[in-house]
Formats: sequence, C-alpha cells, structure tokens
Amino acid sequence: MYVAVKGGERAIDNAHAFLAEDRRGDPQVAELSVAQIREQLRLAVNRVMAEGSLFDPDLAALAIKQARGDLIEAVFLIRAYRTTLPRLGASNPVDTAQMAVVRRVSATFKDLPGGQVLGPTFDYTHRLLDFKLAADGQVPPAPTAPVSAEKVPHVTEFLNRDGLIEAEPQSDAVPPDLTREPMELPTSRALRLQAITRGDEGFILSMAYSTQRGYGRTHAFVGELRIGAVAVEMDIPELGFSVEIGEIELSECETVNQFKGSKTEPPQFTRGYGLVFGQSERKAIAMSLVDRALRWKELGEDNIGAPAQDEEFVLMHADNIQATGFLEHIKLPHYVDFQAELELVRRLRADAATMQEAAK
Amino acid sequence: MTPDPNLDPTPDTTAHSDRKAWMGLLARASPGQLAGLLPDLPAHDILRAPEIGAVMVRGRIGGTGAPFNLGEMTVTRCVLRLADGVVGHAHVQGRDRAHALRAAVVDALMQTDAAANLRQTVLTPLQTAETTRRTTRASKAAATRVEFFTLVRGEDQ
Repeated sequence: MYVAVKGGERAIDNAHAFLAEDRRGDPQVAELSVAQIREQLRLAVNRVMAEGSLFDPDLAALAIKQARGDLIEAVFLIRAYRTTLPRLGASNPVDTAQMAVVRRVSATFKDLPGGQVLGPTFDYTHRLLDFKLAADGQVPPAPTAPVSAEKVPHVTEFLNRDGLIEAEPQSDAVPPDLTREPMELPTSRALRLQAITRGDEGFILSMAYSTQRGYGRTHAFVGELRIGAVAVEMDIPELGFSVEIGEIELSECETVNQFKGSKTEPPQFTRGYGLVFGQSERKAIAMSLVDRALRWKELGEDNIGAPAQDEEFVLMHADNIQATGFLEHIKLPHYVDFQAELELVRRLRADAATMQEAAK
Repeated sequence: MTPDPNLDPTPDTTAHSDRKAWMGLLARASPGQLAGLLPDLPAHDILRAPEIGAVMVRGRIGGTGAPFNLGEMTVTRCVLRLADGVVGHAHVQGRDRAHALRAAVVDALMQTDAAANLRQTVLTPLQTAETTRRTTRASKAAATRVEFFTLVRGEDQ
C-alpha cells in the first residue's frame, strides 16, 4: 500500500526563521557586512569564486554570508546563480605572461628575470596564533620599493629555448565546455583542466598528495608559481574588434616533471599546469600535479593503477556540488524505499527461522 | 551571437586602438568614481538596455598552448544612441547597470566633439586612479623581491 503524505510546511517555515536568526548570531555583536567579507576573508572569497566557477568577489562574499561560512554551500549558491545568467560570449585566452604579478616564485631557478617576489604570503610565518588580531585592526602600511620595468617571463620559456622541456602544442581550437555538454570519457586535457580548476580544493589537494606519496609519482618541481592580475579581452562582434572587459586575479602554477623519454620523444622535462581564480596557490599547485598525473597515457607512461591516474575517478568525484548533492539527498525522506527493505529483511528472517525449525 | 544591424553598422577601423583603450579603461573603472566624474547624462535612446550576463574566461594550457575554459565572470553590457545619432557600447566587469550605462555614454561622447573635454574631465582622472592603484600594488610586491647574497666561507682568500 502506498500512502501519499503531505505536511511540514509550518515546520519548514519555522526552520528557515530559526536559520536566519542563528545566521545573525548574537545581536549584541556587530553584523558582518558583505564588503567586510570581501576585503577581510579574501581567500575564502577566492575559493568560492574558483569552485563556483564565477569571478565576482561581491557575489562570493554575499554567498559566504548567506551560507554562514559553509564554503561548499556558498559554492552551491554561486553555481545556482550562474545558471540564471545569459552567456554573453567567451573571452580571448588570457595572457598570463603579461600578468601584473604580486607574487612569483620559482623552486627551480634562484636567479631569473623578474626575480623571486614573495608577495602577501603565509610562507615564512611561524603559524603561531596572533592575539593582536583579536584586539585591534590597525596595521602599518606595507613597505614599498621602486617598481622595475623588467619583464617577468615564464620560467618554462627558458627551458623551452634549449628543448629541455616538451613544447606545448599550439592551437586556437574552441575548447569543450562541461557547463554546456555533459562530460564524456575519455576527455581532452582542456576539459580535464576545466573540471579540475572548479573541483573541490580538498579533493584536488589529496589527489596531488597521493602522487607525491607514490601513487602515480610524477617527480614535480614548481618551475613557477605566479599570482596577479590579468586583463580579460573579448571580441565584440558588433564592433568588429576586441575590448578589455575587465581584470581578474589568477594563480598559475607550472610544474617541471621528470620524463625518461619514449620511443618518439627524447628524455626531457614534461609539464603540469594549474590556473585558478584568485589567490589560490595551494589549489594551483595541486591542479598542476593532478594534470600531470592524468597525462600518463599521452606520454606513454605505465598505468600503475593509482587513483590520480584514473581520469574517471578523478573527474567524476572532483565536483563538490555534485558530491554533496548526492551525499546529502540520503537524509531526505526515503520512507517508502526503507519500508520495502524492512519487509524484505522481515521475510528473510522468517524464512531462516522456518528452515532452522525444519532442521531440528 | 549575430550582430544587430541597428547597433553599429560601420565600425571605423582607423580609430580602434584609441577606442579600445578608453573602453577598457571604462570597463575596469570603479563605478563610484565614474558616477562622480559624470553625474549627469546627456539625452540618449537605449538600443540595448543594461544586461547582466556571464563571459566564459579562457586560459591556455601551459600558459601558451591550446585554450581551455577557466570559468565565468560577470559582465554588464549596454548599447545606446545619443541625440545626434552616435552609438556607444559598453561591456563592463561586474553587475552594475549604471556603470554599463555611463560607460556607453562616455564611449558615444568620445566619438563626438566633446571628446577633448571628456578626456580631460573623465578619462584622465580614471587613468590616474588606475595607475596609482597598480603602482601601489606593484611597489609593495617589489619590496618583497628576494635579494640573495652568498656567504663566503673557508680560508682561501
């Protein structure tokens, strides 16, 4: 027998009111503004933009406030919002060589044009809680130095000049877009990068870490990590030329990896690539390691069965919105499904008891 | 996207680089500053009302290789026509409709006799603000550039 059940409206309305009140917290404590979140929780904002796959710091800050700081819930809100926007077009590929860098480090070359620029980094801090932050918000202005006009070329460019690193195949092909067509396996590297850059930071980090621990080892060096602003330019068909439509902050990581060579390729270094919205360097480094691990087939390497080499495993589990949607749905009413299971178990137990009786 | 014949039928190819420069500057400008510099708008007809949308931002694999889709950004666009028939376009970052409208007005006015005056009263202040913002950030980054030095050890002179 199936009985349709309705109800719960009042409970739901009251739950939402309770949520709103808990979100606000103690009214004696000043309310957070969206601008405060945008300016002072900038790395959370960056993560929500990267995984929400929409660059808009104000929206990401609003989502964080609405989600009470639950970043996956905030990503969910951004993903839902972006589906309501008309697609006005696609930009020309951004030129990261022209990035106005605020941070640029290389683990492979000490002295390089443009230098090692530390930028606003947690590196070299002692990771001791700073109780001064609990007391006052005043900070002295950061020191400045004259800006040099020196170019900041990509590190891989030097290696490329000597043929020591694989050349990146040149193309202007329109890339596949997983927000428009469902992902089909096997994928291309372009589609993988799109999936990884919007993937969950924790998942991508763990996948990258697994390659470092030996599950699909790729011997990565951070050839270069750079963070800064790049211009976004788009062709405007009614104008007949391209214009800059804005400026976004990106983190880019290029890894340089060992490669013994193959039947067709001499021994040389190979590349892993990471590019992420905002200052998100952990994600950019992790992305480049996972990108490199997934390239085993193209480079003729052995598949040792490591999770990070398994394209289906990585790409189908990287999206935290898909993951949380399927995970959290099991808490919703499954009364009828469970009733069927209950009936089945009862019948099996009855059958087993009958057989035991008969055996006596 | 099919070009709308009403919008800008004959783009002037000679003036592109100058127009590109001011359109980019207007797109990156702070909406508040632009509104302060140009509080009153001249009479105009809206050809495409300010519309908020998304643009898919692309990167290149390895920084130089084949394109891939990085993620979207919010953009607001607007097209309008001044009383004298000049058409102004805008595509500006973010979701501020007034910003897109003002940027389209400035784009149109910059194609008229008002250009020299407007350059002085609007574009130059915007450019100055942007240069200051960029230089400030770059100079703070420059102060974090590492200067390596080598410690000479041992006895040999």
